[in-house]
Amino acid sequence: MSVLIPHSILEASEILAQHPAATILNGGTDLMVEVNFNHRRPDSIVLLRNIAELRDWSTDAASGTITIGAGLPYAAIEKGEIARLVPALAQAARTVGSPQIRAAGTMGGNLGTCSPAGDTLPVLSALEAIVHLQSIEGARSVPFADFMVGPKRNSRQPNEVITAVTLPITEQRQGYSKVGVRNAMVISVASACFAIVNDTPRFAMGSVGPTILRAREAEAYLASAASNLNDITEEIAHEFGRIAASESRPIDDHRSTATYRKHAIGVLATRLALKGI
Amino acid sequence: MSSNEFYTLKVNGAEHQVSDAWIGESLLYVLRERLGLPGSKGACEQGECGSCTVYVDGAAVCSCLVMAASAVESEIATVEGLNTDGSLTDVQEAFVTEGAVQCGFCTPGLVMAVHHLLDENDSPSELEVKEALSGNICRCTGYGRIFAAVDKVVAVRKGAHQ
Ligand SMILES: Cc1cc2nc3c(=O)[nH]c(=O)nc-3n(C[C@H](O)[C@H](O)[C@H](O)COP(=O)(O)OP(=O)(O)OC[C@H]3O[C@@H](n4cnc5c(N)ncnc54)[C@H](O)[C@@H]3O)c2cc1C
Ligand code: FES
Ligand code: FES
Repeated sequence: MSVLIPHSILEASEILAQHPAATILNGGTDLMVEVNFNHRRPDSIVLLRNIAELRDWSTDAASGTITIGAGLPYAAIEKGEIARLVPALAQAARTVGSPQIRAAGTMGGNLGTCSPAGDTLPVLSALEAIVHLQSIEGARSVPFADFMVGPKRNSRQPNEVITAVTLPITEQRQGYSKVGVRNAMVISVASACFAIVNDTPRFAMGSVGPTILRAREAEAYLASAASNLNDITEEIAHEFGRIAASESRPIDDHRSTATYRKHAIGVLATRLALKGI
Repeated sequence: MSSNEFYTLKVNGAEHQVSDAWIGESLLYVLRERLGLPGSKGACEQGECGSCTVYVDGAAVCSCLVMAASAVESEIATVEGLNTDGSLTDVQEAFVTEGAVQCGFCTPGLVMAVHHLLDENDSPSELEVKEALSGNICRCTGYGRIFAAVDKVVAVRKGAHQ
């Protein structure tokens, strides 16, 4: 076993071409838990943490988007300029683990693991983010909806590095909430992102299905029922929550029950519709 | 790029050779079992208790979640490096005088977290303190004495600057 430490995305993709069985390591907050508990014994490791370009972020005025490097830790997403431009993403980042986890953990790792409880994923779904991947064969950009294909399953090829994520800067209200047993250090039992994009409501749900689910019926209901998306009545918000809950497909597991999750997602939908940020 | 069966870690400013180690070992394990630096504690090995908190390139992280062999290009700082002359730092002093130490298992991690917080923010609000220490679990004190120790350091440092 060896640890390979590239310093550029190109170098990383060359290594992955030579060592297709190598395991990518970034913040280690998912991978090292598995290694410590002997659930995984990687053959060789490709470390991305020392690739400076994976920590870059930039905005593009022409397309009105922000592109965030897959290796930027949550600690740099939860505050500052990024938090102003994509508040829902910052809110999601702030709920991840603890300060120590957020100092190490990255969006690339959240996408690599692709747990239905991954906190950034409902935001990427609601904002219809584009995931950028790079291999020796070239670069590829995939809508988030085509990236996550199942619980802990994504369409990344073994030789591909997730390099960045592009999100729209909407200047309209957006928010992220999650339900768990306590405030810090909690994996969600239900999570949701509400966003208005081009005057259209979007609602994405986490931990209540095999992938992140969009509540299309609830979105359509809200678009037609609310005359002003910034001033939604209690009655409409409750109906929105009821429809969203009916679109969720939760299961019972060690963290919660399907019944509670369905209830919780409806409450989150109603609250986010009323409050947004 | 480096491939390694033998590797070197820079801990508290000094270079340490690590040999014959399994490459998947955590930094926590290597510090304690191979480098004779048992100050960082291990309780959960899954990032939840914070007792293993160290600084890697200035970031306070859980050493149980750092693959040691991946940190060869980094500056690592542990609780042993806070004060090398055997004296206590002001944070350690306040933990003692305010009674923030009972069994002491969580203490090294908390001391690292408190130093990190106060280096970035010299007058944190109550909420900021709670947030900054939310990754460090203490089973004994109920946290009140720990928050009192933080308040004490803030007050003493302020006094010292006046
Ligand atoms: C105590 C604790 C609390 C946690 N709390 C939360 C929480 O509240 N919410 C949450 O969503 N998650 C949580 N997590 C899980 C974890 O922190 C996140 O999923 C984080 O985003 C993982 O990022 P990382 O960089 O540490 O990933 P790593 O562990 O380095 O990698 C994770 C996986 O992704 C792959 N990978 C990483 N980067 C890339 C890349 N750029 N390209 C391709 N593949 C890549 C790796 O091969 C690996 O399979 C928690 C973890 C711990 C230990
Ligand atoms: S041992 Fe590392 S966080 Fe508990
Ligand atoms: S003093 Fe015992 S765990 Fe904190």
